[in-house]
Amino acid sequence: MYSFEFEKPSTIADAVAALGGEDAQALGGGQTLIPTLKQRLAAPTKLVSVSGIAEMKGVCVEDDGSVAIGGATTHATVAREAAGSYPALAALAGQIGDPAVRNRGTIGGSIANNDPAACYPAAVLGSGATIVTNARQIAADDFFEGMFGTALDEGEIITSVRFPVPQAASYQKFLQPASRFALVGAYVARFASGVRVAITGASEDGVFRWSEAEAALDKEFRPDALMGLKINPMNMIGDLHGSKDYRAHLVSVMTKRAVEACM
Amino acid sequence: MTQVSMTVNGKAVSGDVEGRTLLSSFLRDHLALTGTHVGCDTAQCGACVVHVNGEAVKSCNMLALEAEGAEVGTIEGQAAEDGTLNTIQQAFQDHHGLQCGFCTPGMVMSAAALLKENPRPSEAEIRKYLEGNLCRCTGYHNIVKAIMAASGQDVTSIAAE
Ligand SMILES: Cc1cc2nc3c(=O)[nH]c(=O)nc-3n(C[C@H](O)[C@H](O)[C@H](O)COP(=O)(O)OP(=O)(O)OC[C@H]3O[C@@H](n4cnc5c(N)ncnc54)[C@H](O)[C@@H]3O)c2cc1C
Ligand code: FES
Ligand code: FES
Repeated sequence: MYSFEFEKPSTIADAVAALGGEDAQALGGGQTLIPTLKQRLAAPTKLVSVSGIAEMKGVCVEDDGSVAIGGATTHATVAREAAGSYPALAALAGQIGDPAVRNRGTIGGSIANNDPAACYPAAVLGSGATIVTNARQIAADDFFEGMFGTALDEGEIITSVRFPVPQAASYQKFLQPASRFALVGAYVARFASGVRVAITGASEDGVFRWSEAEAALDKEFRPDALMGLKINPMNMIGDLHGSKDYRAHLVSVMTKRAVEACM
Repeated sequence: MTQVSMTVNGKAVSGDVEGRTLLSSFLRDHLALTGTHVGCDTAQCGACVVHVNGEAVKSCNMLALEAEGAEVGTIEGQAAEDGTLNTIQQAFQDHHGLQCGFCTPGMVMSAAALLKENPRPSEAEIRKYLEGNLCRCTGYHNIVKAIMAASGQDVTSIAAE
């Protein structure tokens, strides 16, 4: 790692001020950022830890029934504390990495990073969540901008994520056993207003909504409604873990399993 | 350099570290607590697992300054002062839960965190919990057996697959 200064403010306002300096970067749980720094793929002059900011931690149910999760809340806390209010989301958080990773890694860090194989982006996009930052609110549909890209500005921090709670939802992850990320993951959420299907792990463009599947499931919410629906392998990721065709096939299989789990 | 202070195995400690100093380096290089092993240094293997405020974390993937004021527990704090092994350590010895022993500090610390959360885990729960702890020697069966035994359960049914 190149050397950097370290700051750990206790309020959002102080963190935003500290991030104002040139080449300052937010530090969540460090589960992605520290390995990145070790590889010298990033060289911030200052890291601003958000882990000491109490107002960015915890899970709560809002008046309108949505579940709000502080940006610095760990995966382990979400797995425990959202189990009653949004079970599919809690189950997803409980499947990220391993226990030690879940004790440090945060929802804000995961979403800001937008790894193409990460789990949370599927839940955020699949639920139609709202990303709340120190400056504004961003709809999930406008937030993810391709592999590792997001709508966040320099120095902008995710302070919380608000999830509307669907009637039924399920995340089905096909594990890449070496990395423990998703080789392909499908998040299906059924709302009174319609079905949302978000796919992670599969596309060169990162997480995406599978609109053909959504339309088919809107007509008829059962696994067979997806029969014959195939995704174009052209834009899929092809690597030593799975070819483009294999990933395209998994998209159908995992989506179908997610629908089955919602029944 | 910044001063960092924390409690390690019940003792107050402090030292001067850089922003980039890892918790694993602070423990090993500053405090000479070399029981915490660094296997991969990339958050994959779990050899470096310690407890921070009671939770298992990979110390190679946490900055020392993030542990300011924390209660840290390492493998050195597991046995009694006179060297008597605790229940988990003794079970690892009794059930041959180690060969080279490199992964063992992390295994024992993860096992302790598991048993605190879930005092009588099933075999499947143990295997699931140890997903982030790699062992290149034992094939895991005897580690699982040791943890079952440490939680007071019958281990005769756990045969090698
Ligand atoms: C062994 C291992 C297995 C893993 N398995 C999985 C898995 O199965 N599924 C999965 O989804 N992920 C997995 N991860 C990644 C893990 O979930 C990370 O915790 C997560 O991707 C990053 O979160 P973090 O809090 O650690 O962020 P950091 O690593 O601290 O930061 C990541 C990025 O986000 C930025 N950032 C951090 N917090 C904020 C914030 N509040 N606002 C704005 N920007 C912020 C940082 O500046 C940095 O650019 C795994 C990681 C490891 C090491
Ligand atoms: S040394 Fe920390 S996980 Fe391998
Ligand atoms: S005993 Fe050798 S790595 Fe586990």
